Amino acid sequence: MTDLVQLLPLAMLGAVLGLDVVSFPQAMISRPLVAATAAALLLGDPVSGLLVGATLEMFALETLPFGASRYPEWGSAAVVGGGLFAVHTDPGPGALTVAVLAALVSAWIGSWSMVQVRKLNARLARKQHDAVAAGSKRVVEGLQVFGLTADFVRGGLLTALMLAIFTPIQAYVLATWATDPRVSRAVVVGIAASVAAGAVWKVVHAAPAARWLLVGGVALGLAIVATQ
Amino acid sequence: MKERIELPVRTRLAMFVRMLAIQGAWNYETLLGNGIGFCVEPALRLLPGGQGGDAYRAALARQSQYFNAHPYMAAVAVGALARAELDGEAPARIERFRTALCGPLGSVGDRLVWAAWLPACSIAALAVFGFGVGIGGVLLVFLGIYNAGHIALRAWGLSAGLEHGMKVAAALGSPVLRQGPAHIAQVAALIGGVALPLALDRVIGPGRALFGIVLAAVALGGVVLARLHGRAEGWKIAVGLLVLFVLYSVAR
Repeated sequence: MTDLVQLLPLAMLGAVLGLDVVSFPQAMISRPLVAATAAALLLGDPVSGLLVGATLEMFALETLPFGASRYPEWGSAAVVGGGLFAVHTDPGPGALTVAVLAALVSAWIGSWSMVQVRKLNARLARKQHDAVAAGSKRVVEGLQVFGLTADFVRGGLLTALMLAIFTPIQAYVLATWATDPRVSRAVVVGIAASVAAGAVWKVVHAAPAARWLLVGGVALGLAIVATQ
Repeated sequence: MKERIELPVRTRLAMFVRMLAIQGAWNYETLLGNGIGFCVEPALRLLPGGQGGDAYRAALARQSQYFNAHPYMAAVAVGALARAELDGEAPARIERFRTALCGPLGSVGDRLVWAAWLPACSIAALAVFGFGVGIGGVLLVFLGIYNAGHIALRAWGLSAGLEHGMKVAAALGSPVLRQGPAHIAQVAALIGGVALPLALDRVIGPGRALFGIVLAAVALGGVVLARLHGRAEGWKIAVGLLVLFVLYSVAR
């Protein structure tokens, strides 16, 4: 991903999808399933993006964007993961692992970067307090536009930076990867599904009969897998 | 009796579009406050004296102070506060009402949307993916279902707020808001159970030979993570495990 022709569109996509996480419009186009697929579509391989997106979505199930809590920023992160996986026409056995790890690290750093934007917004709001208290339309709208712009820039920079950092790391790791392809895939998918299983239980456990519905669902799912 | 000011469709539309950016200036001091002022502003232009008048400026200042709520449910506050201002309620009453709205709109929205609707839609999309449906179908299911609920909730909230004003609390007693999360969680439990093995089967690709072992590991890992609820986050543990796995795969 050293090619600017590939990097710039992905950075722009990361900016748009990073904005969706909190600021605008929160339509969940930033969820990994969508974001990773969109990133891979830009590189001409949306099917690979859907694969990474589904894996990341299993992690994202655990992290819900409650109010002022800190949570991973999946929009830009999934663009990084989808982009890294889809850039190879023939991804090696460790490609999914590296793409998922890069996305998780990006999501973690993205969480930190969102906090910085919120602090920046607070500083500006404090500075403009008197104008807001005087009912200035220009200032109220200006604060909103500033926050949106800062978040957009944050997402774009984060995506570009993470892609620039992880592209050479990915190249080195894939060139030296020595684990069997079956084990490689089983490990990353197993970890993702474990997180998803824990997350599903956390989401549903308080509902009446949830335990039996979940067990029944798993049995049905396994039966379908067995017959396929 | 004072005549009720009705909002033109254009004003309602402007408020609705602005609500999509209600968290644009979210910060740790005023939280959603500036966003509420930003969204109510088009309605305030209808106050006596118009845009820039004394009533307008006082109302905009009031509505741009600290506020906290779920971003979708904040639509109820935007509508109700706009109605209260247009009805000429006393400023002190509006401020008390504004403060009282924060708690319920936060907890109802968090329970309904973040803890139920979003994960349910995500699980449904994973199930559709697991059934082998193509990209368009998976994204259509996820974005279509999620945003049908999302847009409907914002539209209902704005409409209910504008209709009921300071008596909007009754609308929050709607069965959908009170019992919806439990029903959604039940559906999510069933679909989640189906989705996990199916999605695992589709993503695992060359690892299918190890499907049984992976399934046992997932069951064990899921139980451990569920028991760690609140004390550790699975995705952070996963970062550590994946780093170790990458180092092992490179160094061996």
